[in-house]
Amino acid sequence: MFKGIVGSRWRLPIAAVSAALIFAPLIIPVFWIYILTLIFVTALLAISLNLVLGYGGIYQFHHAVFYGIGAYTTALILTKTSLPMWVGFGAGPLVAAASGLIIGWFCVRLTKLYFGMLQISLGSLVWIIVSRAYSITGGDNGIHDIPVPTLLGSSNGVYYFTLIIFMVSLVVMYLIVKSPFGCTLQATRDNPQRCEAVGINVRRHQLAAIGIAAFFAGVAGVLFVGLERSVFPGLLFWVFSLEVFVMCLLGGWFTFAGPIVGAAVVVALRTSVSIYTDYWTLVLGVILILLIFFLPEGVMGFLLKRLEPRPIEEGRPLADVAG
Amino acid sequence: MGRNGECGVFLAFSAHPSLLIRESQRMELTLNLDALSSQLVIGLSRTMILFIVSAGLSFVLGVLRVPNVAHGSLYMIGAFTAYTIMAALGNNLAGFWLALLLAPLVVALVGLIVERGLLSHLYQREHLMLILFTFAIGLILNDLVKFAWGAEYRSVMPPEILEGSLTLFGLAIPRYNLFLLVSGPIVAVGLWLFATKTKIGKISRAAAVDRDMVGVLGINVSWVFAASFVIGCYLAGLGGALVAPTLSITLGMDHTVIIETFLIVTIGGLGNIWGAMIGSLIFGVGQSMGLLILPQYAVVFPYAAVVIVLLLRPTGLLKSVW
Repeated sequence: MFKGIVGSRWRLPIAAVSAALIFAPLIIPVFWIYILTLIFVTALLAISLNLVLGYGGIYQFHHAVFYGIGAYTTALILTKTSLPMWVGFGAGPLVAAASGLIIGWFCVRLTKLYFGMLQISLGSLVWIIVSRAYSITGGDNGIHDIPVPTLLGSSNGVYYFTLIIFMVSLVVMYLIVKSPFGCTLQATRDNPQRCEAVGINVRRHQLAAIGIAAFFAGVAGVLFVGLERSVFPGLLFWVFSLEVFVMCLLGGWFTFAGPIVGAAVVVALRTSVSIYTDYWTLVLGVILILLIFFLPEGVMGFLLKRLEPRPIEEGRPLADVAG
Repeated sequence: MGRNGECGVFLAFSAHPSLLIRESQRMELTLNLDALSSQLVIGLSRTMILFIVSAGLSFVLGVLRVPNVAHGSLYMIGAFTAYTIMAALGNNLAGFWLALLLAPLVVALVGLIVERGLLSHLYQREHLMLILFTFAIGLILNDLVKFAWGAEYRSVMPPEILEGSLTLFGLAIPRYNLFLLVSGPIVAVGLWLFATKTKIGKISRAAAVDRDMVGVLGINVSWVFAASFVIGCYLAGLGGALVAPTLSITLGMDHTVIIETFLIVTIGGLGNIWGAMIGSLIFGVGQSMGLLILPQYAVVFPYAAVVIVLLLRPTGLLKSVW
């Protein structure tokens, strides 16, 4: 299936990493299994943001709201209704995608910073309603002890479940990026005027991209419920959106795999640095500033540039180098 | 106070599931002019704080084109510094004025260091990178605040002369709110005078419109930027110092402010100071009036207003300098 889509030099590393991840639970301690699972969830969220941010050039400033909507939908269906569990798990991403289309429908009328601002205000509306509606969502306390299928009872079960969904989502998103739709989306990022001129409906492409991104953010939200068995309004908070944003830029937002690296760095850093000190955001801040000054294309962007020293045209982002 | 008691009863009722009771209660209270006007005073004082902070953000955004996410952290530093000064000098007028004078200057100094040391090298980068940079600065400043002041809640009293309330037109207004109502317009007029009458203000406005042309005229744009950034930081600090006696000062107070001021600046028109005033009014008064109608969801009102404004006038109410 991937013949010609994934460059030959990438097949071996990808196979090696996949194998390592499949056998990881046999070797590493339970705590790190949990961290790895959390990294998958966060990485999926970051990559879904990058679909619109890196490939669409859309200032999606409040992406976490779709993550939260996905998580809350699943949590509410699992706790408040007697519907079968798979309905809850399936509904999360769908509701997230629908909310993405609704919020996106308003936002695509604007561009750049104004787009981001409108999205922040719409997203904050959702956040406030969720954190105030105590009778339904539990308000600031959130919902805890959500019943999950017995499959997700053990840490290994959660790990493999998350890993499989994560991998499948990655493949699907990669295929979307490489599809004609993905290419058109990148074209609308690089030159919206010219795209309009050749008859591409820029707004409709952006809206579709936002819907797809929201869907995968919803998938990440559902996985979060499976992992943590709780939801809280912090999932939809604006500052968390900024954090996801940082993951994309840190890992390299013009590469497909960059956000995974960014998410892994942020999650691992938070867990490992906060063992030693309360000041882990200070460390993150310093790392970010060093990165902005010395590696403006992000970690993956830098590595790829080193690995594939091919001429890069002036002003053209590195979007397709992962291929 | 009786007024507060009434408000409390109202809050209890509005949480009641029966819509009928809420509706009748609401009618009674909207007719209650006392509650209305006291909410208006509270809303207007909040407007003034928001205006001072968002004017600083707007100024930086207008001249430097940098959406300064660290603005909330600077505001928080202003509040904490004011707390320290007031706590050290006791509850008297000298301590209060000294705090109002020094705390913004401390914040301005932080701004100067950040601008000259780091930000001035990044102006050529794109917006997302600048947002990321200021976010990183915000992370660092927040942790430095945690390091310096700890994670506990702090509070200070206003000086005695501004404590209690004053009866005006048969309405008891807390003196400190009155003080805020006066200081907001003073800052607005001062900023307007600065931007239109002083040389550096005129230069910075020119740089906001066409920085290259200003450079061609032989003006050191870099220092104009530094001055503008420092003024923006000063205003954040001033807002923080003014707000200190009205709420509990704590880590995380930056989060709500930064999102509100960002939206205020956007609906007002990027870089437009008077737009920031209108936006602050929408936020401050909208929320306090919303408290009379639907207390539990009062915070929703300003955000809904922002959505409506942005849908009707996507580039803000007043003319943006961009």
